[in-house]
Formats: sequence, structure tokens, C-alpha cells
Amino acid sequence: MTMTDKNDLVIDVEGLKKSFKGKPAVNGVSLKVRRGDIFGFLGPNGSGKTTTIRMICGLLTPDAGHGRCLGHDLLTEAGRIKQNTGYMTQRFSLYEDLTVRENLDFIARMYGVLHRKETVDECLTTIGLKDQQDKLAGTLSGGWQRRLALAACLVHKPGLLLLDEPTAGVDPRARCDFWDRIHELSSEGTTTLVSTHYMDEAEHCNKLAYIVSGELLTEGSPEEIVKESGLVTWIVTGPDIWPLARELSGLPGVAHVAAFGASLHVSGYDEAALREGLKPFIDAKHRFEFSKPGLEDVFICLMKQAGAGRMR
Amino acid sequence: MTSYFSISRFLTIIVKEFIQMRRDRLTFAMMIGIPVMQLVLFGYAINFDPKDLPVAVIRADESIFSRDLIHAMENSGYFRIIQTAANEEEARDLLELGDVQFVLNIPANFARRLLRGEGPSILLEADATDPVATGNAIAAMTTIVQKALNRDLKGTLRHLKQEEAPFGLRVHKKYNPEGVTNHNIVPGLMGIVLTLTMVIITGVAVTRERERGTMETLLSTPARPVEVITGKIIPYIIVGYIQVILILMAARFLFHIPMVGSLLLLMLVSLIFIVANLSMGVTFSTFAKNQMQAMQMAFFFFLPSLMLSGFMFPFRGMPEWAQWIGSALPLTHYLRLVRGILLKGNGLSDVLVHLWPIALFMTLALAAAIKRYRKTLD
Repeated sequence: MTMTDKNDLVIDVEGLKKSFKGKPAVNGVSLKVRRGDIFGFLGPNGSGKTTTIRMICGLLTPDAGHGRCLGHDLLTEAGRIKQNTGYMTQRFSLYEDLTVRENLDFIARMYGVLHRKETVDECLTTIGLKDQQDKLAGTLSGGWQRRLALAACLVHKPGLLLLDEPTAGVDPRARCDFWDRIHELSSEGTTTLVSTHYMDEAEHCNKLAYIVSGELLTEGSPEEIVKESGLVTWIVTGPDIWPLARELSGLPGVAHVAAFGASLHVSGYDEAALREGLKPFIDAKHRFEFSKPGLEDVFICLMKQAGAGRMR
Repeated sequence: MTSYFSISRFLTIIVKEFIQMRRDRLTFAMMIGIPVMQLVLFGYAINFDPKDLPVAVIRADESIFSRDLIHAMENSGYFRIIQTAANEEEARDLLELGDVQFVLNIPANFARRLLRGEGPSILLEADATDPVATGNAIAAMTTIVQKALNRDLKGTLRHLKQEEAPFGLRVHKKYNPEGVTNHNIVPGLMGIVLTLTMVIITGVAVTRERERGTMETLLSTPARPVEVITGKIIPYIIVGYIQVILILMAARFLFHIPMVGSLLLLMLVSLIFIVANLSMGVTFSTFAKNQMQAMQMAFFFFLPSLMLSGFMFPFRGMPEWAQWIGSALPLTHYLRLVRGILLKGNGLSDVLVHLWPIALFMTLALAAAIKRYRKTLD
């Protein structure tokens, strides 16, 4: 165990709470994000990801909790935090009736960027929109709008990037480009907090946090999260796995059964009980393989547990 | 150190608003179209000096005098005799149905009594539902009565031609015995147009930012509320001035409204009035969830302004509670200012009494706008 150096923490918030009209959206979230991290913020829709991000960048005032972001106090120095943060909203939120260039220029001016013309030019070249700079932003396709939005977050070269579901509705090629860019920025020292509900994107992050109903369920590197879950998984392949899935899901020792393409992931917390439970189903037709659980298995099980906990 | 008010951010927002205004042709056209349309409707379609008004005559007297009187009326251009009624009942029907605007009643024995020097009276009944329509014609009638018979009263009858008319004219204004002055309307229109359009335009401009999500981007930049709000207001002040100039030009060149006072002073008080309304619009926009709601709120504000400001109904005729509400509305004071400056030639010291309530309203609306804007996302 290493102590984290206080100065190295870009985001260090504790006990953030926010409710809207009496309904808690975020209920005591604490996060520590170190410089250069790509921090994946995962959770189902409506779990409080956006609200947490908005509190971190000073758009919302937390009802309770405190902390620092980029070394500035969350509650009293929101202005300074904003100056050095790039926030990409979930939906396209640049001006559709301004051109690509006008949008970038506007953002650059708002942040007081020096050598504005050169910076905007550079930005346009990087995202590959140089020859479409006079097009109205509203006429761009969804994928290009996302690229423009990312460019707008980067125009003032912020130390912290807050990206709220940046790859939602983007084609695989653009997603790939997008993650390449994030890795590049990370290597240059930019810290990124990115929310997503694509599990495969979690693999791009070196740190993860999983939030459900406004509460953090788990936090750590992908390996840590898998290890700490205490989950074991069998992968079953073979014909007719769908009927098999239904039979397996109620068994003692089986916490969760999920289908991935042509294979089943059968997960449980007790290795022996799971093995015992599966025994009668082992036949020549199916291949049973003991394996490490994937992040998705872990998160789904966590969610089930959390749900059961609330029920009680 | 982030500065408290950044001029460059403020200017950036202004430039952005102008670009958006230029691209949003429909809204811009509406801002110019509304005053033009109102001017045409209030100014032209509603004529202050209508001519050729239809008249029915009850001629109980057939003489050269009554014939000449009718000729003189027709020659004035205001009257057009369209019918001769047999009796008063028939004439009243015509008036009631609106077939005629006037009924001229020349009593029996008019000529005989005139010659005897008894000073008989003729009766002019007017449908004064719209006093503006009949006002000028009635005024012209007085002159007609004095001059019409001059030609006939010569020779031995010259003694009847006195300073006073040889016969009396009685005018019955029916349906609306009180009259309102007509020069009120066009100057008043300036306040009406500004109240309607200025509140809508900022109301919509800010709500649109929220509806499209751009508000979130704007809020995530270091821009301060006061920069955003003032940056949004400035471009529309210019739109407001375009409207003012348009209406003033129409008032001067199309409607020949007298302009006695200082136009510079008028421009100054208009600035305060415009900013007051723009700020009101921003305040509304912080409550509105979408542009539709912002529009509705603007109308919610506009209607009492229209009704209680003294534009539609005489202010002093309203019950006291309505006068209190009216006094809180900037339009009430602005109407008095515009009429005072344009028609009466009021100077700066005269207008202060109506200027400070508008300025106070402006300050409160602006403060509310900035305070409310701060909480837009919370």
C-alpha cells in the first residue's frame, strides 16, 4: 500500500451529496483521481454520473461534502477550477448556428486563450475539420459534432478533462480515434475523468469507479476490482446455451448468468458451491472452462447485490 | 486571479449574439415586422381623419337654406349624403345598424323661423362609438354652419348675417359621449411595441441556450453571470433603437404627429425603458423551461401593461387598485414620458418624475436576472 501524495491528486472530493426536489441524485460520493489518470466513471443510466461531474466542475453546488479540484476548493473557487477544466457535456452543446470555427473561437475567447488564431487553427487541424471550418456546427454529423466538442474542451489546454459519455452514439472507428487521443493526452499529463456505460471502454481506463443510485459501489484499477469482488466465473460454450442459461440461473451458488455471444458466463461468490452446482450439467456437448470474471460480470453482480441490499 | 468582470469575455458574448441574430433571420424580421405591422394597423387601417362619412338626412324643410347647407357639408369632404330618411325612426335605425355615421335633422319650418330671426336649431346625431372617427367631421360642421348660408343671406336678409350663426347646431354624440385624443396612439405604440418585443426577444434568447444545452457550455466556462446577462442585453438594445427610430419616422412623416420636445431626451429615456424590458425578459427566461413558456410569460407581462398603462383606457378612469398596478409597470410611465416629450415638449426636469420608476424597475429586473441566472442549473 502506498500513500497517495496529496499534491498529486487532481480530484479529491469527499461525501458529495446532491438532491433535486428532495430526491437524492448523488448520495455521498468520494473520489480521488491522480494526475495523468484515465478514470472511468461507470454506472447505469440515471445513477448520478452527470450530477457528480457537474459538481466537480462547479456547475452545481453540492448540498453536502467538500473537496478540492486542481488544488482549488470546490465550494469557493469554482471560477479557478473552470479556467483549467475542459467539460464535454453528454449531448452536443455548442452553438449549432455558429460555424465550426466560430464555436472554437468563442470558447477560446471565453477562456482568454493567448495566440487565439494559431491555437484555433491547430485545433481544427488536429480534429481534421480544417476544410469544414465554415460549416455550421448544426449541420455536422453526430460523430463530427463529438470531435468538435472534444476539440472545444481542449482549446484552452486544460489540466483536467471531464467527459460525460463522450462516445455515446459514435461509430467504432471514431471511438477508437477518440481513445487514442485520450491516451495521448494522458501521457502528456492531462487527467481525464470519463463517464460511460460501455463496459468494453472500461478497459481503456487505469482506474474505475462504479456508481449505482448515487452511491459508489466499488473503486480501483480493473484488476483490483475483479479481485476484490471475490467472484469466480465459468465460461460455458456449446450448442443451445439459451435453454441452459435459464436452467443455470436459479441454481444454488450461481449469482449471475450472462450470455456473451455464443458463450455463457456463470458467476458465483463461492467457488466450491458453484462447482458443485454446475456438476450435473457437465456433458459432452458443452465445454466448461474455469475463468477470471470480466468487468461486466463484476458490475452486474454488484448491481444485483446493491439492489438486494436496498430491498432489505 | 479571475477578474470580477472581464471586458473581453463580455465583448465575446456580444459578438456571438450578433452572429446568431444575423443567422436567425426570422426573429430579426419579426423584430422589424412587428412595429411595421402595428403602425399600419393602428396608423392607417385606423384612420384618424376619415372622410366621406355616410349621412342620412331628415328633411322636414324644403328650402334653399337646407339645400345649401347640405351642399356645404358635402363640399367639406367629410360628409356624404347617402339617404333621405322619411322620419326619425327610420333615421335611428340607419344609425343603429351602422349604415350611416350621422343623421342630419332639419326641422320643419326651418326656413321660416330662420327668416324671422328666431335662430332655429338643426340636429346632428353622430355614431360616436369610435370618437376618433367622428371627431374631425363634427369639428368641421361648426365651420360649415357659420359659413354655409352666407351666400343666401344678402340684400334684405343681410341683417340675419351676424357674428353668430343665424341658426344653432346641436350635436348628439351617441354611444360614446367622451372622446379620446388621437395623437396619443402613435407615440403610445412605441411603448407597446417595445414592451412586447423586448421581453420576448431576451426571454427566448436565454431560454434557447438552455433548451439547446449551450447554457451548460457557457456555464462551464469562467464567464460570470453579469457578463453573460449584460452581453446578451446589449445587442438587443440596438434592435430596440431600430424600432424606436422606425416608429418616430412614421409618426413624423406618415402621421404628421407634432414633435415639440427633444428627441435626444426621448432616446435617453427609451434606453432605460428598453433595458428594463430586456432584463424582464432575462428574468422570465430563468423561470421558463422552454421557449414556449418564455413567450407565454412575456404575454402574461404584456397584457396588464397594455390594459393598465393608459394606452387602451384612460388611466384616471381606472379603479384605484388598477392604478396601483399600472403605476408599477414601466410602460405606464414610458407612455407619459413619450407623450410628454413629443406632444408637450417636456424637458429633463419634467420627465424625472416618470423616469425614476422605470430606472428602479430596470435595476430590480436586472438584479433579479443576474441572481436567478446564477442558479440556472441548481
